[in-house]
Amino acid sequence: MNTDIENIEIDLFLEAVFKCYGYDFRHYAKASLKRRIKNLMKKNGYKRINDMTSDILHDRSFFEKVVYDFSITVTEMFRDPLFYHNLREKIIPYLKTYPFIKIWHAGCATGEEVYSLAILLKEEGIYNKTTIFATDFNGNALDTARQGIYSLKDMQMYTTNYQKAGGKTSFADYYHARYKSAIMSKALSKNVTFANHNLVTDSIFGEMHLILCRNVLIYFNKYLQDNVLKLFNESLIRGGFLALGSKESLQFSCIENDFKPIDKKSKIFQKIQ
Amino acid sequence: MKLKSKLDLSKFSCIVIGVSAGGMEVLSKLLPSLPADFPLPVIIVQHLHKTSTGYYLEYYNEKCLLFVKEAKQNEIIKVGNIYFAPPDYHLLIENNKTFAISSDEKVNYSRPSIDILFESAADVYGEKLIGIILTGANNDGAEGMKIIKQKGGFTIAQNPLEAEFPVMPQSAIDTGTIDLILTLNEISDEFIKRDK
Repeated sequence: MNTDIENIEIDLFLEAVFKCYGYDFRHYAKASLKRRIKNLMKKNGYKRINDMTSDILHDRSFFEKVVYDFSITVTEMFRDPLFYHNLREKIIPYLKTYPFIKIWHAGCATGEEVYSLAILLKEEGIYNKTTIFATDFNGNALDTARQGIYSLKDMQMYTTNYQKAGGKTSFADYYHARYKSAIMSKALSKNVTFANHNLVTDSIFGEMHLILCRNVLIYFNKYLQDNVLKLFNESLIRGGFLALGSKESLQFSCIENDFKPIDKKSKIFQKIQ
Repeated sequence: MKLKSKLDLSKFSCIVIGVSAGGMEVLSKLLPSLPADFPLPVIIVQHLHKTSTGYYLEYYNEKCLLFVKEAKQNEIIKVGNIYFAPPDYHLLIENNKTFAISSDEKVNYSRPSIDILFESAADVYGEKLIGIILTGANNDGAEGMKIIKQKGGFTIAQNPLEAEFPVMPQSAIDTGTIDLILTLNEISDEFIKRDK
């Protein structure tokens, strides 16, 4: 297959999805996206991307399948335990001083990290004055997040993560096991609003004290990264915090000078402008 | 199977290397043998535990003439550097020869996956890419080597008789798309003692 023609086909596919359904993947980082489109093509038995493009224009249910394939839902509870440890040690003391706290978890996928955050806030005694907005563009993933039911076999790894993150009690206190599932305590989602939001096309989100958006920007190209970072900047109060994924950075971004790093390794930044 | 003449490196733009179990030992022989004026960037996926810190970068940097670093999102790929995929992330190459990373599902039980790097590098560099597969205990990289060959690139596997874990080079050889099967010393020779 000629690489140049394949790239044209990918552009046409993304254009079709955008024009027809309003989901804009045109500024996603191409290398990863290309892999996912080719996997999708193979999985659905197509020989050419173009054949898939013409089908997607006429079949909404096929489009919905595609959207969910494009959204990365790889996540875990207390992913990068050191990050949660530093969030607890360095950011929570600031947040404690506010009468109420608003947190936006952007790109929350199936919600594991939202529950991790809720546990941390509970243990630090500030959950009751906090509202968490947990958003994603993948409706299926959000449904899972709302239900808060996860596989029991993952709980062992999550328990280790919880302990490494500086957990104060026993992780088992936060869920109950039924058959092969772990059902998260309802008290954890009481102050969480799960909502559909698309970082690419939707606008700002209130006056936040903390925004978490981890391992989402790596899927965007530079142009889209800058747009989304601007959106975060405008959504934060002065003195608010932005937490990114461990390999993401504000270096060379359009908002680099508006923030100062609080913890370089954990990629936590504070808005200073 | 060895060619008589050395590889003409001026025909290439990039080298990708995949290595798993036994990697530390072979890389600490191969990488220090590369001269300071080595004309191609070297990009490596080594399967490491996801909590690996940067210790291996310091270790290689002390031994190597080239600069050894972890590949960063959006970073421009440059000659004079040896890049490693960050632990627990896949590494890919964009058309404009910058790095991209992803935390997609594991491929071949691995993240970073050799196949993912090789496939995207083959897309970008085509016939100007050299792919090398070294010791390892699974078959990650075999599919990637096949694609490098399909796109006109050059493929080298470590001789499985010499490799500490022969499964990985053998799996690549079994695809029937390997140009050269070499020992580690022979690989070094291809890259160092070239005619000016």
